[in-house]
Amino acid sequence: MEEILEIARKACESAEVFHLVSKRTPVQFEANRLKQIQTKEAVATALRVTKNGRMGFAQASGPIKPQELVDMALETSEFGFKIDFQFPPLRSFDKLDIYDPAVEKIKLDDMVGLGQAIIDAVCSHTPGILCEGGVSRGTAEIAIANTSGGRAGYKRTAYSISMDGQLVRDGDILYVGDIRSSCRPITEHKPVITEITRQLELARNNATIRSGSLPAIFTPFGVAGALLAPLISAFNGKTVLDGASPLRDKKGQKIFDQRFSFRDDPTLPFQPGSTPFDDEGVPARRNTLVDKGVVKQFYYDLHTAALAGTASTGNGNRSGGMPSPSTHALVIDPGQAPPDDMLKDIKEGIIIEQLMGAEQGNILNGDFSGNVLLGYKVENGNITGRVKDTMVYGNVYELLKNIVAIGNDARWIAGYVNTPSIYCSSIAVSSKQ
Amino acid sequence: MRDILFSALKGRQADYIEIRLENSNSSRLVYRGERLEEAGRSSSTGGNVRALVKGGWGFVSFNSLDNLGDHVAIAVEQARQVGREESKFSQVAAIDDRVEAAYGKNPLDIPLSTKKAILDEYNKLMLGTSGVQTTSIGYTDSRKTVTLANTDGAFIGQSRIDVNLRLSAIASSDGDVQQVGVSIGSKGDFSVVENLHDRVKEIAKRAVALLSAPQVQGGNYTVVLDPVLAGVFVHEAFGHLSEADHIYENQQLREIMVLGKRFGGKHLNIVDGAAVPGLRGSYKYDDEGTPATKTYLIKEGVLNSRLHSRETAAKMNEKPTGNARAINYQYPPIVRMTNTYIEPGNTTFEDMIGDIKEGMYAREWYGGTTSLEMFTFSAGEAYMIRNGRIAEMVKPVVLTGNVFSTLDNIDAIGNDLDMNQGGGCGKAGQSPLPVSNGSPHIRIRSCLVGGK
Repeated sequence: MEEILEIARKACESAEVFHLVSKRTPVQFEANRLKQIQTKEAVATALRVTKNGRMGFAQASGPIKPQELVDMALETSEFGFKIDFQFPPLRSFDKLDIYDPAVEKIKLDDMVGLGQAIIDAVCSHTPGILCEGGVSRGTAEIAIANTSGGRAGYKRTAYSISMDGQLVRDGDILYVGDIRSSCRPITEHKPVITEITRQLELARNNATIRSGSLPAIFTPFGVAGALLAPLISAFNGKTVLDGASPLRDKKGQKIFDQRFSFRDDPTLPFQPGSTPFDDEGVPARRNTLVDKGVVKQFYYDLHTAALAGTASTGNGNRSGGMPSPSTHALVIDPGQAPPDDMLKDIKEGIIIEQLMGAEQGNILNGDFSGNVLLGYKVENGNITGRVKDTMVYGNVYELLKNIVAIGNDARWIAGYVNTPSIYCSSIAVSSKQ
Repeated sequence: MRDILFSALKGRQADYIEIRLENSNSSRLVYRGERLEEAGRSSSTGGNVRALVKGGWGFVSFNSLDNLGDHVAIAVEQARQVGREESKFSQVAAIDDRVEAAYGKNPLDIPLSTKKAILDEYNKLMLGTSGVQTTSIGYTDSRKTVTLANTDGAFIGQSRIDVNLRLSAIASSDGDVQQVGVSIGSKGDFSVVENLHDRVKEIAKRAVALLSAPQVQGGNYTVVLDPVLAGVFVHEAFGHLSEADHIYENQQLREIMVLGKRFGGKHLNIVDGAAVPGLRGSYKYDDEGTPATKTYLIKEGVLNSRLHSRETAAKMNEKPTGNARAINYQYPPIVRMTNTYIEPGNTTFEDMIGDIKEGMYAREWYGGTTSLEMFTFSAGEAYMIRNGRIAEMVKPVVLTGNVFSTLDNIDAIGNDLDMNQGGGCGKAGQSPLPVSNGSPHIRIRSCLVGGK
């Protein structure tokens, strides 16, 4: 790293090196049995340089000669954007617990045992079901160095369990599943079993639903799968800057229901989305996006913030290329309603657990449409069975303006969003029946 | 290289071991509106070892080619911890071959400044269209060389060049935002990226027009799909269900997906094959060293065959089809599609829409996904069909179907097969894999469309 920075310093005006070393060990199950054990090691190095006031970028997976990486970055700097920010003089960061040495010590046998215990319980609940999934442990070490001085780095551990069940009955396929993750070992298998068997119980029978406008409850999985993508896009500082966000001129305005508050929070201990600083070395922080229905803040990286005349919110993350704004861990405030109480006043309605195709529409304006992959019919306050071959259509802004209740059942989905159930007054349902 | 690989493989206690080494270089240009946001280059070097012992698999991926022998030993040990039964893995003749990248106009010979100049022209055309708020452009080209050696004695080196361009125009007014995009790709021919000026102008105009287009009423419609969207449809609706790794361990699905079962009318023929030359999903050997084939998934409406890796073929007593692909060295090969299409029939477009009183004409694509039984695919543009004619434009729609009924509802197949090379496929975390898909225009009776 230092060698790259030294070579770059001589040839360029400024430079920044980002270095990632990761190791992951997933054990994978297929058809209710252990199928594969993997070990994945990866090293990646990314270099940003400025030359003649322009930004150049190059990255390498695996070994690369420092001079070669610098030359690649220099070659692109001729075309890069005019720099409008300085690499930050890295400083010390607040301590954040995202590393647990216990993760690295977990035995493969224990990981296999955990996965098999879940599978055995699900299979004994519903004979004939086929489970597929895995248990994974890993570590990642991130380091950043730039020519503005200072060095920073951190180490994180990650542990996750994901399990999906597939049940085939008379030309009808049912999917259920759960995913949990943490920076610490997960030893408790019961919550995953409880979640999967809950879905199986509710989907035991098929129910028919009429087309029309119906009240809809999005479960935590439903919120994460159907409602979040348009919001993540709309609050992205780049979308706002480009004028492609419907919220671009709505800061300070009440756009959502009074009870709807959500934030990006990378400061929670042992959450996989938590981080002391972003991939540009800017301190990560709790960033309230919506407070009591009012649009408060968008999220930015250094470059986008400079263009927009504001400051980075510590959201410059890398996903295969240069840093760009992205969220760390979204948290939607829970409400008071127990999930079972929310059903009570529904005469006919739908509960949406998994929506297929929601991200395939024009997410920019908040419209979504999808096939209810897993969802249930509510009739006179009771869940009567699984809804199939049914499309729903809605607009996120309309739905979240007309919230009936927010559940007290908030949970993490895959470590990157924490959300309760949200009960919305109506959604357009189109059914094959 | 050959000696290093075979000496690392020698003398191990495993039923099968393979080593794959990979080297790739790519260039990338990303625009947001007027701004060139990224001009970048990347390089990647790495490899993996996969071992099979008593039906269990071990897999190790790495960046450093030192200690290859240790990586092999770990993969074998992991496989041993998993294996509990007899390994089943189809025999394939051990091939020794080198395949150089085929290309038309080689993108690697073209300076970045020329690529940028072309994208600048397209960007200017879109941004100059009245009503367009901003644009988004992503261009990538890459060259990749993969070397495979396995305990059968195969030693195969293959290079490929991939070109991909996605352009979107975004229009906005009164809080509404609409976008129209197009994806272009090729296996090593830069010329597909050139001379797109008319198409680019067209998508910009359409994005603006969408602002005033109405949203359709959801429900069941007779829909006509253009070759691009019908290609996405066949990929989602049937392609994925043809991948044998979804089926081979699932007794109930095996009974449902028994060869000879009827899924559609006599006019329906669905093909997948990397041996179909010159397309983005074409190659000579798959990532297990099996030669590419052309496979009829559906022949005259009946389930004819499916896509296999060497393991799924052995477990189902069928022949491997050369469909085991890995997106890169960090993943093991799994069963994937290559070039998937519906063969042409003989209905003209005019005849297809002529007797539709009220229906929908859906074109281009945003995306698609499947749960094997039910699937969705979304159109990039859509029009109502009224009294046999294309009528007003409506906002893009998401369509859905069920594999057990929708293929049978295809009642007309056009004579105008066209392949879409701009797509990428995702499966088990491996995305986007270069594939192509296509079809002639097709008509589906009673297709469920999402809407207000």
